[in-house]
Amino acid sequence: MQTVTRSVFHPHVESYEQVNRDSMRLLTKPGKGYVALLAMAVSLVGLLVFAELHNIIFGLGMVGENWAVLITTFVFWVGIGHAGTLISAILYLFRAPWRQAVYRFAEAMTVFAVLTAALFPLLHIGRPWFFYWLLPLPSQRGIWPNFRSPLLWDVFAVTTYLTVSSVFFYIGLIPDIAAARDATTDPIRKRIYGVLALGWRGTDREWRHFTRAYLFLAALATPLVLSVHSVVSWDFAVSIVPGWHTTIFAPYFVAGAILSGVAMVVTLMVPVHRIFRLGAYFTPLHYDRLAKLLLLTSCIVGYAYAMEYFMAYYSGELYERDVFWDRVTGDYWWAGWSMITFNAILPQLLWIKKIRQNLNAFFIITIFVNIGMWYERFVIIAPSLSHSYEPWKFWNIHMTWVDASLLLGSFGWFFMWFLLFLRFLPGLSIAEIKEVLPPPMRNHGAHHHAHDEHEMTTETLPTGYREREVR
Amino acid sequence: MSKLATGVLGVFPHLDTATDAIRRLRAEGFELTVYSPTPRHEVEEALGTKESPVRIFTLMGAFTGTAAGTALATWASIDWPLVVGGKSIVSLPAFSVIMFELTILLGALSTVAGLFILGRLPHLGPAEAPMYHPSFTAGNFGVFAHAPRDRYSDVQRIMNESGSEEVLVDHR
Repeated sequence: MQTVTRSVFHPHVESYEQVNRDSMRLLTKPGKGYVALLAMAVSLVGLLVFAELHNIIFGLGMVGENWAVLITTFVFWVGIGHAGTLISAILYLFRAPWRQAVYRFAEAMTVFAVLTAALFPLLHIGRPWFFYWLLPLPSQRGIWPNFRSPLLWDVFAVTTYLTVSSVFFYIGLIPDIAAARDATTDPIRKRIYGVLALGWRGTDREWRHFTRAYLFLAALATPLVLSVHSVVSWDFAVSIVPGWHTTIFAPYFVAGAILSGVAMVVTLMVPVHRIFRLGAYFTPLHYDRLAKLLLLTSCIVGYAYAMEYFMAYYSGELYERDVFWDRVTGDYWWAGWSMITFNAILPQLLWIKKIRQNLNAFFIITIFVNIGMWYERFVIIAPSLSHSYEPWKFWNIHMTWVDASLLLGSFGWFFMWFLLFLRFLPGLSIAEIKEVLPPPMRNHGAHHHAHDEHEMTTETLPTGYREREVR
Repeated sequence: MSKLATGVLGVFPHLDTATDAIRRLRAEGFELTVYSPTPRHEVEEALGTKESPVRIFTLMGAFTGTAAGTALATWASIDWPLVVGGKSIVSLPAFSVIMFELTILLGALSTVAGLFILGRLPHLGPAEAPMYHPSFTAGNFGVFAHAPRDRYSDVQRIMNESGSEEVLVDHR
């Protein structure tokens, strides 16, 4: 009797070669829709450049009070990046076999989101060409940055994050770029992939060091990702502004970051899945796991929201209580309630299996979570600053056209990179998906695979973990 | 230890036939270069691969990073002693963030350096094995036996018996 062995995560992937073919399919000639989307993204980047030129020529007067929108957008984008590292590094350490198909998208999203976030500190310093003043470089006056300032910690955290996540992204790409090099027929592409693949051939020596190096990079990226948003949260928590000065900010920010990032991963995955018909790779099982991750982080975020109010109440501090009351009843009540509804309440629908497995419903929920998470950053920043200790400081932020252009432009910038990535680099990780596929065997019975149709067999994978496989 | 520049390449569409060939060729004393589309523990077991020393690079890089972070923050603070909020000039709790970030940064970069040095990436000179087939990044496994010309027939026989789909001989 002829039996076939398939991975439980990819029951429709038949062979190693199929992974290469399907991954290369993403790199074929783009349709009109792709060109239109890319043109839209590039024109939004044009808007960003225009708004920034306005800032440079006329000064920062038009970016609204306390740069609230810019800081909000910065924190939002740093947060988006977190899910990518969670999926690529933390789930790698946890040996979650559903990460393989998803992680390349998630990691690309991380790199581009951090690239987007990194724009905002540069934009809001007013004279971006002096950005190097942020760095501890020797100057003729012998002045060094203040290492006790959370703003400097932030510089270190974000630049380290950008560097390490880019390196991790590229190292993971090397074997896949080599596969693209071997598969492509276009001579120009072949040459470019050849350079980028560094001559990778998949020899035992290369894999031996590669798998270890990848493991250690994951192990280093894991504490890093948890630290980055903690450091970003300390920008606020170390100050004594009411609404900011709390100890739960670090875990609260990290959970929120992962919530927003997972939502963004799904928001990006679903259209790519639909357009390129990647059903064999993004199976209902993958979406189910992502939905559960979203649900978990949503619960943590909801708990943090509740605790914030409890802490404000229990502190007995007049200003603290006032700020929190103001968040849901004051001028920004709409932002406060959007944040609570979209981040803590709406995702609770995912407890229901039908909704979790309905791709359209899940997609819509993730879009609301993206909006809700932007509001969360906004609610932390704008109401606290506009409702500070003294009444003469009370003001309301007005979003100017420069603010709006920079916000929209940041999305254009992000999507521009993401679209270019889809077109030019393997979006499915070819080598890693093969890790969860059963290897091609000539003598089935002689090895790890039992004969019974319903029996589950266990097989050790190269990374050392055990994973179930269905035949 | 450089391997012979001549030899025979076997293309294997199946993992078990490839590992079989690896075991038999190793028993005959041939040095091998094995190509695989994805890392497989079966190949490593058949080759008897030892633990990669990349971890030493990681550890050294991480420690260097911690030391560099401590030194940079401490020295720069002493070089421009600015009292903020009555706190001590060298405030280790605040510096711990810098120390941590540089630990990660240098740890990660030296891991990559380790991978590049040990894995001989990027390949600029002559490759480890002179023969390669593009299907090794798709679905096939490849076993290249570094052998002198007079032993080609032995290698070819073992590869054919193990179940190689195609045996290519280096005739340069």
